[in-house]
Amino acid sequence: MTTTHDEHHHGPEKGLMRWIKTTNHKDIGSLYMWFAFTMLLIGGAFAMGIRAELLQPGLQLMEPQFFNQLTTMHGLIMVFGAIMPAFVGLGNWLIPMMVGAPDMALPRMNNWSFWILPFAGGILLSTFFMEGGAPAFGWTFYAPLSTTFAPDSTDFFIFAVHLLGFSSIMGAINIIATVLNMRAPEMKLMDMPLFVWTWLITSFLLIGAMPVLAGAVTMMLTDRNFGTAFFDATGGGDPVMFQHIFWFFGHPEVYIMILPAFGVVSHIIPTFARKPLFGYSSMVYATASIAFLSYIVWAHHMFLTGMPVAGELYFMYATMLIAVPTGVKVFNWVSTMWRGSMTFEAPMLWAISFVFLFTIGGFSGLMLGIAPADIQYHDTYFVVAHFHYVLVTGALWSIIAATFYWLPKWTGKMYNEKLAKVHFWWAVISVNVLFFPQHFLGLAGMPRRIPDYSLQFADFNFISSIGGFAFGASFILLTYIVIDCIRNGKPASARPWEGAKGLEWTLEPKAQYHSFNTPPSRKLIEAESQNS
Amino acid sequence: MKKLVVAFGLLLNFNAFAEYGVNMTEGVTSVSRDIYGLHMMVFWVSVAIAIVVFGAMFYSLYAHRQSKGAVAANFHESTKAELVWTVVPIIILIGMAVPASKVLIDLEDTTKAEMSIKITGHQWKWQYDYPKEGISFISNLSQDSRDAVNGTDAGRENADNYLLNVDKRLVLPVDTSIRFLITSNDVIHNWWVRDFGVKQDANPGFINDAWAKIDKIGTYRGQCAELCGKDHGFMPIVVDVVSKADYKKWVVKQQAAKAAVVASATKTWSKADLMAKGETVYNANCAACHQKTGLGLPPVFPAMKGSKIANGPVADHINIVLHGKGAMPVFKILNDVDLAAVMTYERNAFGNTGSVVQPSDVKSAR
Repeated sequence: MTTTHDEHHHGPEKGLMRWIKTTNHKDIGSLYMWFAFTMLLIGGAFAMGIRAELLQPGLQLMEPQFFNQLTTMHGLIMVFGAIMPAFVGLGNWLIPMMVGAPDMALPRMNNWSFWILPFAGGILLSTFFMEGGAPAFGWTFYAPLSTTFAPDSTDFFIFAVHLLGFSSIMGAINIIATVLNMRAPEMKLMDMPLFVWTWLITSFLLIGAMPVLAGAVTMMLTDRNFGTAFFDATGGGDPVMFQHIFWFFGHPEVYIMILPAFGVVSHIIPTFARKPLFGYSSMVYATASIAFLSYIVWAHHMFLTGMPVAGELYFMYATMLIAVPTGVKVFNWVSTMWRGSMTFEAPMLWAISFVFLFTIGGFSGLMLGIAPADIQYHDTYFVVAHFHYVLVTGALWSIIAATFYWLPKWTGKMYNEKLAKVHFWWAVISVNVLFFPQHFLGLAGMPRRIPDYSLQFADFNFISSIGGFAFGASFILLTYIVIDCIRNGKPASARPWEGAKGLEWTLEPKAQYHSFNTPPSRKLIEAESQNS
Repeated sequence: MKKLVVAFGLLLNFNAFAEYGVNMTEGVTSVSRDIYGLHMMVFWVSVAIAIVVFGAMFYSLYAHRQSKGAVAANFHESTKAELVWTVVPIIILIGMAVPASKVLIDLEDTTKAEMSIKITGHQWKWQYDYPKEGISFISNLSQDSRDAVNGTDAGRENADNYLLNVDKRLVLPVDTSIRFLITSNDVIHNWWVRDFGVKQDANPGFINDAWAKIDKIGTYRGQCAELCGKDHGFMPIVVDVVSKADYKKWVVKQQAAKAAVVASATKTWSKADLMAKGETVYNANCAACHQKTGLGLPPVFPAMKGSKIANGPVADHINIVLHGKGAMPVFKILNDVDLAAVMTYERNAFGNTGSVVQPSDVKSAR
């Protein structure tokens, strides 16, 4: 590719304005990643507060109302501020390079969808300083606790959710347009890497789900301020309807946060097993099936709301079905490892532990799907353990794996492998000390979202909190490793991983500011395809 | 540090876990036993699948590594394998779905009930009504637990069943099919007694039902299981299950006590008696928001000390307590004596200088 001449004229602008005005997918990808990382640290700080209060029985550090504010904001910041933006950041960085496109299809909108985020996040966080405090009704904000009984700051929360929704929808439109219109002409859909496939499918989930969330918060807004009664039984409304609307968004949302993770892992495992991905097309079909099923299982979050038995039976069966395509994925990953020639650099360690720990979260998910058993699990720490296994050791794990895997391509430099391994073992041990005892707490009967507990739960809470502090501290090391890589890393080669496949590895060691100004040839696409 | 030692001691001694609870318990109803059975079945199926999948994975991680000289194979597809690991899980799932459906249909069938209890969630207490027997009362977190929350470790250890004890327990007969009618007065709560296998949302404006036939006399404890605001963690449930004969005696006693209250509502109470009773009622029902000190938690929960309402006309005071306003709940559920006492207390404690409220004042204002 003869891009040297072009680059000369279209390099990045200097100074701060580069980041404000940028329409370059790599710049915007970096902005997303740094924003997500900042939010991860803030949401993590809230979690440290929660675990500190739960370290021992009694109220030592905070009032119950503030505890509820922390759990609420921890959930909201982690879901909307950390995990989702991090995946959009990865998508921005990687998708154009992976499909041989020069940039995203709608670069100006791309700038906008990022720059909405700091404002939305800022508005959300500012509610802590308002009279009456931040929202304290849980990240699921069930009415009427979030309408009639909520603090005034709730209206700012609603505005922030609207903004976050705009940003996500625009991001999704951009990814769909890029994949479908900007893909190298010689690249067929079934040549696309799995990260691109999973993100394409995720985008459709976003476009379907986010407007429903916007509808839910708009109804809240009018219930709170304009005298409607969507969720108020005294005016003919129904609080359970809120939950239907929320989970019609909320369940696809869960898969929005995990499908791109499946994509990431499907890149890393073949690379370090030095063996092609097993069952490429079944991976694509499984992803699509999971996405479809995610729209028809929402009420399994609501088994105790007083649903008719026929409804419970249907949602139980539909939920159990999800185990099938998810199982296919796990079996495919294990088959990819089978008779490979494996090495265990940091990205592979994170990917393998993803498969192991995410599957544990899958098993507890299967248990939760059994409607009668859910009676005893619902709203206990068993649920907390379950969704942290799929979201922390699932979604977050894949983001960290992806960061180590593609960091050489983003920076042109290698991270410190030794430190990265230390960090991995530190994180993977502490995260299990943190979350595994929560299964026991839940089964022994500890409800979630309580600031204090009876003495029988003291020991496991103590262990869990110690794990939590250790896990929280591991992010200091992660920050150091990433900054150290950017500043002092040794130069990386264009393809730093022996078994890596994909168009992005054909670029310069540090991917040039403008890549694929001419689309890759069929020959190159075939040589780099996962579907070989 | 002592805790740390205990924690690691626990890890070494698996038997000790039994005491601290690592698993669901069987409970004391047919439903709770069925649920436990399902739970253990799915658990062991998961363990079996985990052994196969993780076994293959860890073997591969051990055997197929470059450092052991493994050379990568190149296979990447097998329709046969894909079919097997699609069909086998479906069969396993059907095997689990059949018993699960049976249990579900059984536990949703409340038509066999011999008696009904109405349970109403309030922020942050439970109200129990026995419609046929005409008994109705409120059940609050017991005072010693409430005091221990911000107290010392020793205080919590000395408190009777810290955070899992109430001032007035729900009493139920053994071996009787009981239907619970569950609703709420404000936000969504959830009435959960693990040993009964009953956990049901209490939705404002709607009534949900559940049932239990408890086959063992004893005391059973539970908690609210749906985030319902500030004191969600402080509204426990305690149920005394007694023999049918004892239950009948209890009902008679309650009805007599109720008649006595009605009678005492007609007499004129002394200020001292009202103040003494009022303090108890205040601490149980009002202190969660307005605080024991009467200082409240402004701006949401106003102070009692120096309050315009507590120092103003009696009629306004009765009105807001009876009918609520905004975050202030409706307290019609308390009897005339309790209401008169608590208002007298509010009007004369904390340095307030309001008048005395008599039960008859409350009665005529209803």
